Amino acid sequence: MMTEKENKAKAYWKENIRYLMMLLFIWFSVSFGAGILFRETLDQFSLGGFKLGFWFAQQGSIYVFVILIFVYVRLMNKLDKKYGYDE
Amino acid sequence: MSVEMWTWIMVIITFSLYFCIAIWARAGSTKEFYVAGGGVSPLANGMATAADWMSAASFISMAGLISFMGYDGSVFLMGWTGGYVLLALMLAPYLRKFGKFTVPDFIGDRYYSNTARTVAVFCALIVSFTYVAGQMRGVGIVFSQFLQVDITFGVIIGMTVVLVFAFLGGMKGITYTQVAQYCVLIFAFMVPAIFISLQMTGNIIPQVGMGGTLSDGTYLLDKLDALHVQLGFEEYTSGTKSKWDVFAITLALMVGTAGLPHVIVRFFTVPNVKDARKSAGLALFFIAILYTTAPAIASFARTNLIETVSEQKYEDMPEWFGNWENTGLIAWADKNDDGKIQYVKGDALKDKKPVFTELRGKYGERLISNPSKEKNELYVDRDIMVLANPEIANLPNWVIALVAAGGLAAALSTAAGLLLVISTSISHDLIKKQLKPDISDKGELLAARISIVFAIIIAGIFGIYPPGFVAAVVALAFGLAAASFFPAIVLGIFDKRMNKEGAIAGMVVGIVLMLYYMIRFKTGLIGVMKPLPASEWWFGTSPEGFGTVAMMVNIIVSFTVSRLTAAPPPHVQEIVENIRVPSGAGEAVEH
Repeated sequence: MMTEKENKAKAYWKENIRYLMMLLFIWFSVSFGAGILFRETLDQFSLGGFKLGFWFAQQGSIYVFVILIFVYVRLMNKLDKKYGYDE
Repeated sequence: MSVEMWTWIMVIITFSLYFCIAIWARAGSTKEFYVAGGGVSPLANGMATAADWMSAASFISMAGLISFMGYDGSVFLMGWTGGYVLLALMLAPYLRKFGKFTVPDFIGDRYYSNTARTVAVFCALIVSFTYVAGQMRGVGIVFSQFLQVDITFGVIIGMTVVLVFAFLGGMKGITYTQVAQYCVLIFAFMVPAIFISLQMTGNIIPQVGMGGTLSDGTYLLDKLDALHVQLGFEEYTSGTKSKWDVFAITLALMVGTAGLPHVIVRFFTVPNVKDARKSAGLALFFIAILYTTAPAIASFARTNLIETVSEQKYEDMPEWFGNWENTGLIAWADKNDDGKIQYVKGDALKDKKPVFTELRGKYGERLISNPSKEKNELYVDRDIMVLANPEIANLPNWVIALVAAGGLAAALSTAAGLLLVISTSISHDLIKKQLKPDISDKGELLAARISIVFAIIIAGIFGIYPPGFVAAVVALAFGLAAASFFPAIVLGIFDKRMNKEGAIAGMVVGIVLMLYYMIRFKTGLIGVMKPLPASEWWFGTSPEGFGTVAMMVNIIVSFTVSRLTAAPPPHVQEIVENIRVPSGAGEAVEH
């Protein structure tokens, strides 16, 4: 029999993994996707003087990385609160 | 005032500041020495991590590398920032919750084995030593270039400074000094970038200026692409590496970043799990300021360089050209005898570096004995782009001096972080945990201080007499970290069934495979065998990108072996359950 505490920990972990997958998917899409694999396609479009794929590789992906971590911080702080793990 | 005078002033001011902080932040216990007492605020830790992370290579070489590599340079930009996402989401919070002092501590406890701990200590030492030697060399180069002192003397000054704040303060002294060093280095990097962006594109923000227009109304990057095509290079925004190789190098650098012990250990210094997450975000924010500016500097410098030299008379070159020629970082051979500089695709030299004769040519240029048959007449060392950029753009002398102080801050802060990991590995992971477990806190602190002195001396010797393979190996330190630590740590958190047999087998196979590939394709077994050519690369993967392959092999081996052997004991499964939940992290404790 699982205790209530164990159940709670398990549910918390499951939600955590879901957030993780979601954020890592974005992480992969902006860098490996837009900046490398689909660069040529995106390079047909432009953003000011930048070709779009090139912009993702040298600028955009880095901005998204920073935003991703802060989104993660927010999501996890909320999750901690929901499960009473915040101190 | 001369550049040299300004540089002395900047160096003396910044160094005195570091000394004052070192004396203020002395460490009294091993906990203060190893993890700064675990009470550093996320903001300070973020800045310190950023300074720790951005080495002499990031500050001095990276923009230059990108400037010559164009799109291919993106591997460094994405690779050295994307790793922080992995760090923040998959490692930092859990390792902080685990609450010990070092990475080998985690590996040793999670895999209930001293063998695993020893393998981890060994990997940490290999990675850190190769890395630190490059920093000391960087300090020496800045001193000799700007202050006209001997490289050896420069390295010794650098060693003394690091020694004072690392010896006295340990992690506590290092952390607060690094906060100051971050401020110095980012200011030194941004000021010339903003000046040049204003000069060329009229935009005060370099990141925007890079996509802006020049005075003739064309976009900077379009102009640069056109110049490149005209001179026979690939377009600046296209690059030459294969798609797979760009992918592999980027991933290896990301994963390697997240697996570097001197970066991970920073997250043991904050009070709790919440702060560990936040400080990873802040660290990346502070790093991103430099990393998004570097490609802008790269494109400005590249355009400036081509426009200044291409098809121009040698006699009309500005003063900086002659200065850098005198230090041997620029060389020109008038192959077609027209007195003008032809800068086109192809290697100007037969070897990697120019060999100067004592003679001068008819235009006053330094003659070299090893020009190649190719049309290109100009050799430019990649490292000068950041250092020479303010001169090329005619910026005031104090800005040039500021860049020197920034380069020193970057090299010293990284060296200090690495030296701490080395000394901790010896005093804590080897002496306390294995050789002499009953050592007192005072005794351990003394051991830590003695080992830091030895580590600095060894690093200094590497800096003064750099072995030829160091430069090649520093870039590969990431591959080694990716192939060894990263899978062991991540699987230790996310796969409860992972056991010691799996983790040890994975780490050993990963690091041996990576070392083999490096030696075979990069260093050629220290002279015995010649390195194999690029055509022999496995699946067309360069040695820099091979960390990705070695990491995957590590994961497969770990997984397979763990499923064929016994599950880890219940108390270890409990540790895993425990680190997955953020509350009750307490302080970083011993036992």
